[in-house]
Amino acid sequence: MPELTVSQEIDARGSACPGPLMELIRAIKSSDVGDVVAVLSSDPGSNKDIPEWIAKIGYELLGNEELGGYQRFTVRKSK
Amino acid sequence: MHEIVILGGGPAGTITANHLADELSSEIQHGTVGVTLLTDKPDQLYKPGLLYLALGRAREEILRRPVRELVSPRIQVLVETVSAVDSAGRTVVTQTGRSIHFDQLIVATGTRLDPAATPGLREAGDLFYDEDGARKLNAKLASFREGRIVVSVIGVPHMCPVAPLEIVFMLDAWLRQHGVRDASRLTYTYPINRSHSIPSVAAWATPELEARGIEVETFFNAESVDPDRKVLTSMEGTELPFDLLIAIPEHRSAAFLEASGLTKHGWVPTDRETLAVKGFDGIWALGDTTDLPTSKAGSVAHYQAATVAKNVVAFAHGNDPVARYDGKTICFIEAGLDRATFLEFDYARAPAPKPPTKLVHWAKLAYNRAYWLTARGAL
Repeated sequence: MPELTVSQEIDARGSACPGPLMELIRAIKSSDVGDVVAVLSSDPGSNKDIPEWIAKIGYELLGNEELGGYQRFTVRKSK
Repeated sequence: MHEIVILGGGPAGTITANHLADELSSEIQHGTVGVTLLTDKPDQLYKPGLLYLALGRAREEILRRPVRELVSPRIQVLVETVSAVDSAGRTVVTQTGRSIHFDQLIVATGTRLDPAATPGLREAGDLFYDEDGARKLNAKLASFREGRIVVSVIGVPHMCPVAPLEIVFMLDAWLRQHGVRDASRLTYTYPINRSHSIPSVAAWATPELEARGIEVETFFNAESVDPDRKVLTSMEGTELPFDLLIAIPEHRSAAFLEASGLTKHGWVPTDRETLAVKGFDGIWALGDTTDLPTSKAGSVAHYQAATVAKNVVAFAHGNDPVARYDGKTICFIEAGLDRATFLEFDYARAPAPKPPTKLVHWAKLAYNRAYWLTARGAL
């Protein structure tokens, strides 16, 4: 599988407000269709929030890695 | 002379300037250090007051003070609009053609509203995040008798993350006070799957919204407005008709920062602890213009100012920057027209709102006046 080119990675660890999903939406809004965005989150709620939003909007969740105390979500803005 | 230039006359700029005036007083007096603050407006605006202006509960003149009155006389204040920063040449250029050298630069330029980023919003939407918008909204509310009001959080991130909840609670109380609540529908939209990004705030706000009959649309990232049909459409495909649309528009950092290569994806990349601008020696950023995962709120700028000032002083003395910002934030939340609560949190501690009280509401009203002591560095 070819390695993904991540156009933006946001470190939202320790972000109480606005929070990792909001940071992801911000990054997605400033991205082009086809771009891949990654977000790092230490908020356990992100495991539910981020996949739920991606399913609702119809983008692609490419990865959800546990990296020792935090998660790295990789998302493609597919439309 | 070691020249320090501050860009911005908002809370971040003036509070930092006053810290520097204190910490570098003897150097400034002996002429070995100079501190210049550049602002494009002669007055500072107390933006949290716009909420009250929109609802006819504050006079405009109490929301403004001249920047020159807020900062120490040891600071040189120039009212000029910056057109570019040459970070390699260590120069700021203004629209009058003046070129100002700096050894250290502090970027405190806040955000600008960008309603044009949402098609149709300028034609059909109202806002309360600037004076003109708050004034116009106040006039519209004065003649509002019936219909659907939609309060929509469009911009992510935006200034004061709790202000959209505050206006919706205050509007509900205001409509009841004016006897038109039964003839109106009040809808609040939010980009994620709950009523606020902070789970504990959402857990407090959701039942409060329900109890007042305020409809909530979550996972709603507004994309466009149809001014003819008066319909707001989201990226997720939901359509919301409205009679009055109160929007929190997209926000961006200052245009000249983007043109000067100091931004990435719209904001200034900043170290979350030292507040150094990433990749630039002796350039610092604080307040709303940074890309930090903090609230774009005055209290953040207030606490960051102490960190930036210490690191600027260290740099001027040839030392390493050792001061660290820990993410500290304090926000009041108005929960109607006579009750309020507040939040306190940092990078390590999540906020836990307490039930709203009249006492906190009065503390907020008192702070609205006392804020000018904060801007002056006294509180």
